[in-house]
Amino acid sequence: MSLWVNVKRVARYGLISFVRNGFVSLTAVLIMTITLFVVAFLMISGAALDATLKQLTEKVDVTVYFTTEATEGEITSMKTAIEALPEVAVVTYISREEALAVFRERHKGDRLTLQALDELGGNPLGASLEIRAKQTSQYESIATFLEAQQKSGGTAASIDKVNFFQNKTAIDRLTNIIETSRRIGIAVALVLGISTILIAFNTIRLAIYTARDEIGVMNIVGAGHWYVRGPFMVAGILYGLVSGLIVLLLLYPLTLWLGPGSERFFGSFNVFTYFIEAFPALFLIIVASGIGLGALSSYLAVRRYLHT
Amino acid sequence: MIYYDKVTKVYNNGVPAVEDITLNIDPGEFVSIVGHSGAGKTTLLKMLFAEVRPTEGTVYFGSREIQHLSGRELLALRRNIGTVFQDFRLIPTKTVYENIAFALEVAGKSEDDIAADVPHVLELVGLADKLWSFPSELSGGEQQRIAIARAIVNQPDVLIADEPTGNLDPVNAHDVVEILKKINDLGTTVFLATHNKAVVDSVGRRVVTMDQGRVVRDDKSGKYML
Repeated sequence: MSLWVNVKRVARYGLISFVRNGFVSLTAVLIMTITLFVVAFLMISGAALDATLKQLTEKVDVTVYFTTEATEGEITSMKTAIEALPEVAVVTYISREEALAVFRERHKGDRLTLQALDELGGNPLGASLEIRAKQTSQYESIATFLEAQQKSGGTAASIDKVNFFQNKTAIDRLTNIIETSRRIGIAVALVLGISTILIAFNTIRLAIYTARDEIGVMNIVGAGHWYVRGPFMVAGILYGLVSGLIVLLLLYPLTLWLGPGSERFFGSFNVFTYFIEAFPALFLIIVASGIGLGALSSYLAVRRYLHT
Repeated sequence: MIYYDKVTKVYNNGVPAVEDITLNIDPGEFVSIVGHSGAGKTTLLKMLFAEVRPTEGTVYFGSREIQHLSGRELLALRRNIGTVFQDFRLIPTKTVYENIAFALEVAGKSEDDIAADVPHVLELVGLADKLWSFPSELSGGEQQRIAIARAIVNQPDVLIADEPTGNLDPVNAHDVVEILKKINDLGTTVFLATHNKAVVDSVGRRVVTMDQGRVVRDDKSGKYML
């Protein structure tokens, strides 16, 4: 007999079992829906946390201010040296003219300051380099490098000041908050994820426990292990598939409703926009988690009652 | 055909369920194993399809030692042994048709063969009209007849019946025994365990009596005597 005939029979019995054991299927689907909802919640909250942390991180930088005498060549060679550091993500050059324009823009309502600036005659502002590190914890080593450069003389002698040390406390605190948030996020995700997976696994195990005599009969009439296990795994896959689809259907109105609130709370993160943009990934992860969890739970639960 | 060679089975409690049993069953025989509860009848039957393995001794099916069969060989053996139990052991979520078809499917039969064989075997046990019923919709006697139909549909060499009338009234018990006799007349070896005197007496074939795990009598054409 062909493998295809066996596969068809196993799939048919799995589907029949899913439909006929309506109450058991309903319970398993409800529990798995909760599990997959937790998975979705962890994904979305993880993305919200990441977006918020990224936004905060982007607000942090180290700025190197040069003296007004510094030449463009000196600044460019310093920029190249800084860019060569592995910790550096991006270096932005702000020329003296740009700095002046920014200053004027910022104080455009302040006539007194602008008058004082005009009375000075020339441009009193030096050029600067805004340095952004890959991680906030790396600012200190960049600042140390700059300090060492400044002390060593040469082109670095034209550095007027490095603003890191003024911002150090704020940057350190932010680094700590980011690290702690990540750790708490991972811990919460692990605890919630493992708990709900165990609950779903046990629900399926109970569902199969009720069918242990059935499995015993299948053993005695000479059914192979995969022929016994197959329909239960198909039913498990159906629990996961149906639950996954329910979760995705519920997430649409829920994120739509939470969208504006989330944007106000997190700054720029809109939970509905994320849901729409990340839908293919969410769909794959939630449905695949459901199917995987259902199939694996059934496989393990049936194994207990299989004996040759 | 079936040979128990000095077989002993000791469970975890340390008490031997069967002890030093030597028994030969020829093809086509109808053997009734009788004895009180706990005499070792079920253990003896379960060793034949390797649900229980002997602590000592060997059980042969033909020339093969059952406890040394590979997983695949054991499944093939089980398809060649029909089993009927006191509690029927039908699959509650399958219809009568599906319960019987399942035994044919695991034996690798095609859908066409299954569609032809299932009604035929149901006719043999007198339940041709119950094809699409679920076990819960049938009486005890009917369920046992379905279990017998499932056990014989693959035309096994041996039919094992462990207290098949234990949950039935005398009329249904009589019907079940008549079906077993008919199956035996068609050439299948029947191995029946029971403590029902009326059943054994009505069969009137070989009777093996067990007591405290040992064979105490073996009568070629015996009656129930304890």
